Amino acid sequence: MKILKTGRWITVSGLALLAAVYVRALAFTPVERTQGMAQKIFYIHLPSAIWAEGAMIFVGVASIFFLFLKDARLDRFAEASAEVGLVFCTLVLTTGPIWGKPIWGTWWTWDARLTLTLLLFLMYVGYVLLRGAVTDPGLRARYAAVLGICGMSLVPFVHLSVYMFRTLHPQPIVIKPSAPSLPGEMLTTFLFSFVVFSILYVGFVTQRYALALLRERAEPHA
Amino acid sequence: MLRHAWLVARKDLLVEFRSRTAILSAVVFTILVLLVFNFGRDPTAVAAVDLAPSILWVTFTFAAMLALNRAFHLELENQALDGLLLAPVSRSSIYLGKLIANLAFVATVEAVGLPLFALFFNVRITPVLGPLVLVIALATIGFVAVGTLFSAMTGRTRFAELLLPVLLLPFMLPPLIWAVLATAALLAGRPLSEAGGWLRLLAAFDIVFVTLAFFLFPATVSE
Repeated sequence: MKILKTGRWITVSGLALLAAVYVRALAFTPVERTQGMAQKIFYIHLPSAIWAEGAMIFVGVASIFFLFLKDARLDRFAEASAEVGLVFCTLVLTTGPIWGKPIWGTWWTWDARLTLTLLLFLMYVGYVLLRGAVTDPGLRARYAAVLGICGMSLVPFVHLSVYMFRTLHPQPIVIKPSAPSLPGEMLTTFLFSFVVFSILYVGFVTQRYALALLRERAEPHA
Repeated sequence: MLRHAWLVARKDLLVEFRSRTAILSAVVFTILVLLVFNFGRDPTAVAAVDLAPSILWVTFTFAAMLALNRAFHLELENQALDGLLLAPVSRSSIYLGKLIANLAFVATVEAVGLPLFALFFNVRITPVLGPLVLVIALATIGFVAVGTLFSAMTGRTRFAELLLPVLLLPFMLPPLIWAVLATAALLAGRPLSEAGGWLRLLAAFDIVFVTLAFFLFPATVSE
């Protein structure tokens, strides 16, 4: 299957580049003054966080088009994007506490951002569970689309409240209305890492899409 | 369309009123949750007013979940939903009707729950009753709107009773957080303007999700 092979190649090159990101982050990027080496996790944490939310937006957009066009490819893409989003969200929720323990002194706080990432994670889990609970493929696609659109619509609210709460989490330093305040070399490493994570997202989604296609062929009526 | 919505709502409320089992169980359930809360805290260590907003909102969340779970369950018996879909009313009016009926149901439970809450936990709600009702109304509309949409989907899945809370709670939490913060400000005797930001967020959530559910509902009922 061509699409599966393409997905594999993209993923493999993404993983190889991820190693390069770490070589660059550990050896060729300055160490942050107050946080020390703990800050290095930022190069995984933020790109994953962007894709954890980005994947939900793609799920929502694909779902809107699905409800109009009834194209099975859009449904397969939404399914793939949701599962990959779940993986990235898990990454955010794992790397966050690893950084939080040495810097904040605690694994978890009920800070607005942490809570809302957890919400996003639970939305992804709900989406996957709903897909598993409906047996009829047509019904499953429509239900999932409805949930996907609702999920996407919740993301802006989540963002609004992040700005309204006083929070312990570092304020945005890259994605914000004014210019990024990250030092140049760190910014380069971050952007490199972001590109690599984007490649990984595409690779994972392509593979998952191929898997959905294979499953449909194997069980045409299930 | 509104007339059709009203007819659907009236049918649901009539069914409810004739039997009264669901509403009575929901009210008793609310009282029991309040009781559990009373014994779940140490009254010498934690003042009731500190815990009051959480108690109120956890109770209402559970009560709403109970109400929403039965909303479409009713329609699955004897294929009542098919009959409703065959009727010459638009799918969106069915949604509005269901929403109105669910809101009436949850509002009744809340109307019983609120005075009992004030009584049990000795919270003075009379000075802030107007704003408090506003907060409760805004939050309730938001999560009942999403819940009505979701219950139409989960009703026809396996383990429906479990799936609805799992899907709905992430959507209930943001309005719940804002409502708890607004309630806390009100109960602490702060002016309404201090809770203004939360109220605006609640109102925005209501507008977005009622509209969204209104347009998405037709996709959840099969043709």
